[in-house]
This record gives sequence, C-alpha cells and structure tokens, in this order.
Amino acid sequence: MRIEYFQLIDRITDLNLHDLTIRAEANVPATSTIFEGHFPGRPLMPGVLLIETMAQASGWLLIARMRFAKMPFLAAVKEAKLRTFVTPGQALTVTAKITHEGSGFALTEAKIEADGKAVCDADITFRVVDFPQGDFLASMRDVATRIALPMEAPSHG
Amino acid sequence: MPSTFETVANIIAETCDIPRDTIKPESHAIDDLGIDSLDFLDIAFAIDKAFGIKLPLEQWTQEVNDGKATTEQYFVLQNLCARIDDLVAAKGK
Repeated sequence: MRIEYFQLIDRITDLNLHDLTIRAEANVPATSTIFEGHFPGRPLMPGVLLIETMAQASGWLLIARMRFAKMPFLAAVKEAKLRTFVTPGQALTVTAKITHEGSGFALTEAKIEADGKAVCDADITFRVVDFPQGDFLASMRDVATRIALPMEAPSHG
Repeated sequence: MPSTFETVANIIAETCDIPRDTIKPESHAIDDLGIDSLDFLDIAFAIDKAFGIKLPLEQWTQEVNDGKATTEQYFVLQNLCARIDDLVAAKGK
C-alpha cells in the first residue's frame, strides 16, 4: 500500500471477467505519518481510506472489464459499514463484484477482510467516462503492471 | 400492471425524496424536479432494473451536447417513458 500516494492496492490476486469479480491484497504499512495523527498513541487506518481501498479494487475491476477504454471515477458510496478497527501492518484482502453496468455508470459491491474476518463493506457507484487526454492512461497502465492486473490474458473469463 | 409513467414516477419519488404528487408526465426531470446528474444515475439504475433495459444515457448526453437533441426529448417524463417503452419493445424483438 503506497498510502501517501493514495495507491492502496498492492497486488491483484484474482480477476474473473466472467463472474465480474476481483480479489486483491492491500497491506497496511507499519508506519506512516497518517498514523501519527490518526490517532496519537492509538494508530488506526482511517475508515475513509478503507472505503477508498474498496473503491480502488472496484475501479481496477471496471478498468479490466472495459480493457482500459474508459475510466471509472468514484461517484457514490452507499451502505458503507466499518465493522472493526484496522491497525498498522495488517494484511487486507479486498474483493469486489460488478452488480450493474449502466450507460456511463457502474455499480459494485465490495468488501475487505483481515484474517478471514469482515472488516468493512459497501455498495459503490462509479461514473464511467472516456480516459482523460494526456499521460493519464499510460500512468494507469504503469500502476496496473505494478499491481499485476491481468490486462491481456485474464485468469478467468 | 402499473404504467411506465407510474413506475418511473414512483422510482423518482423514492430515489430523490420528491413528493409523488408533484411528479407529472410533463415534468422535466432536471428543470422542474431539480434532479441532478448523480441522482439521475440512481434513477437510471432503478429504471434499468425495473424494465430490464439499459438507458443509453451516454448517447443521449452526447446528442444533447452536440445540439442534435434537446434535454426535453429525453428528460421530460412522458418523453422519457416513451423512450423506455421503445427500449422494452426493442428488447422483445
């Protein structure tokens, strides 16, 4: 997790474009300035970053689904539940499933688990738009390579 | 079986917390009911599900942006419902 860069997914471990699901690893760093303030003496992964982590896993699923033709942007988060604390150094498993593909938008259900226990879940809505001009697409492809997103030959589907 | 308008009006009332009796066939979803684009995504999702279709929002937006159509053609509810009926009919072919 490159938490200071807001790149929260470490590695895609499964992508199934038939079932429209994704699984990813997201390892919370042992140290970060974020934990110095949140909270002094009681470091906790901020809940909004857990929601962002679910959104990013969902986003990579949508990008893979659309083969980098379009870019999803977070639009709405519903039914978000933060079920337990997450502390520095914890290994998280993030999963997401596309539940609806509309015209210009998509919905996912996402959740995070740690040690097999539910951490949080949410229903997430994305606007889906053409990739912005410039280096955006290339930089997203670079990140996709770093996190091992299967782009040409998905593991399933 | 409720009419297309009844279904759409109920979706809008529930999704956007707009009193049902203020939603008329001649209402413009944006100009009269004040529905913004994010709320319209929820409405589109509910319509997609209720009718088993995919509202072509991207195409409609493009046509409006290009000056080839007006928002009234797609977002006045009686016109929206006619489009929905067309999409449902096309699905059955």
